[in-house]
Amino acid sequence: MNDAVSIATRVREGKITATQVTQAALNKINARNHELNCFTAVTTEMALADAKRIDEQVASGKNPGLLAGVPFAVKNLFDIAGLTTLAGAKINAENPPATQDATAVTMLKQAGAVLVGALNMDEYAYGFVTENHHYGATRNPYDTTHIAGGSSGGSAAAVASGLVPLTLGSDTNGSIRVPAALCGVFGFKPTYGRLSRAGVTLFSSSFDHIGPFATSVRDIAIAFDVLQGEDDLDPVCTKRPVVKTSNDSLHNIDGIKIAIASDYFTQKAAPEALAAVEKVANALNVKDYVSLPEVHRARAAAFVITASEGANLHLDKLRQRPQDFDPATRDRFLAGALIPSNWYIQAQRFRSWYRDQVKEIFQNVDVILAPTTPITAPLIGQQTMILDGEEILVRPHLGLFTQPLSFIGLPVLSVPIQRENNLPLGVQLIAAPYNERMILQVAAVLETMGIVCAKQ
Amino acid sequence: MEDIDFNQYIDLMAKLIDLELKDEYRDGVVANFQRISTIAQVVNEFTLPDDVESSPIFIP
Repeated sequence: MNDAVSIATRVREGKITATQVTQAALNKINARNHELNCFTAVTTEMALADAKRIDEQVASGKNPGLLAGVPFAVKNLFDIAGLTTLAGAKINAENPPATQDATAVTMLKQAGAVLVGALNMDEYAYGFVTENHHYGATRNPYDTTHIAGGSSGGSAAAVASGLVPLTLGSDTNGSIRVPAALCGVFGFKPTYGRLSRAGVTLFSSSFDHIGPFATSVRDIAIAFDVLQGEDDLDPVCTKRPVVKTSNDSLHNIDGIKIAIASDYFTQKAAPEALAAVEKVANALNVKDYVSLPEVHRARAAAFVITASEGANLHLDKLRQRPQDFDPATRDRFLAGALIPSNWYIQAQRFRSWYRDQVKEIFQNVDVILAPTTPITAPLIGQQTMILDGEEILVRPHLGLFTQPLSFIGLPVLSVPIQRENNLPLGVQLIAAPYNERMILQVAAVLETMGIVCAKQ
Repeated sequence: MEDIDFNQYIDLMAKLIDLELKDEYRDGVVANFQRISTIAQVVNEFTLPDDVESSPIFIP
């Protein structure tokens, strides 16, 4: 499949029409979605009308935008005008349709991209597996007996299977990075607050981020550029100036100090997850290690805050109709509602402390490498896994290496490592807050070297 | 923590927040709460300086 930039270039040059590209994407979705279960809604009529408008702009010599004619889809917690926002829940299916698009959807459409549908996820984004009780499991395009990861599983699998070149997901504890790694595509979570979450169903506002999935670094960069900007509708959205990353060459990492995350990030990981990090480090000739302090407590604090905020958000429904929740989330939400306030506040205060500690570390290093997940995609229905000789639960532990980073809002890109005759893995490129550009520079170099590439 | 009767805490706390717990969910809720409790201790046992504040975003 062509990436978004190559599609948009050909559409702008009149070599192909947006309508042709959109129709081809719709055909692929029709042919493969019953097998993969990525899409929960396909917006055929709206998509073809939008594509026609792009074609008219091209024909009349107007600028149709950086993403002209690029088909995209969004996790079904993004509002799409005219559709009910499911957030993976049966309960939300009773809500009226959204009256306007989420800010991020609007921005991609304004850049000429064509929305083709909404994508499957874990209920209320509370999971790393996308085995949704109401809407089914999304299957991994590499091997459909395995999970796609989650909670943005539909977003990752739709890109990995070539149904669309660009999707949006959300990441609270790893929900973009985990499925990106397990499906072998790029998944980017910029700095907390960098991209507007207006019109996105929140899960745990302290950590909720949005971001893109794509098959190339330049697509991630262009989506990041297009999605930036102040938004009064999201109080968390930054007022910092927009950083453009896609205009000039990213292929220079001179002077960027890179190190490998040690200790916590090398434990409880399968050998192949550590080998993926080593492969990236060797390619970049990186030999230095860096240790982040108290990472296990960071993960614990993220766990407490997520459980508490998530439960509070859904408390009314937990009172009125607990039977309508996904059994995989219900008991966790119910338990989260009972957390003493002291645990929550202590976890929030720890978050400030940890942020300051990690800020110090970024005085001496620019980009840190760590595995994205401890293992490759588990089987659908798999409950436990063996790590360091210990049998542990699959669902919470897939976020072992992602959760302590989103906890303090660091920008992270999961880059895909393809493994011959094996399921793929991801490596996290982690930077200081607002240093997304350096991450994209390192990723672009790795891509040119052929070390990282998305499923083709 | 082993001597804590989580059932008792969960019953009282659920009542305090007007959350009726159905019997069929009880075991799952207790198991999940015990898990959260163990995880929370990892944070709670760590001494923070008094001047560390949480960072909620509130713009008046």
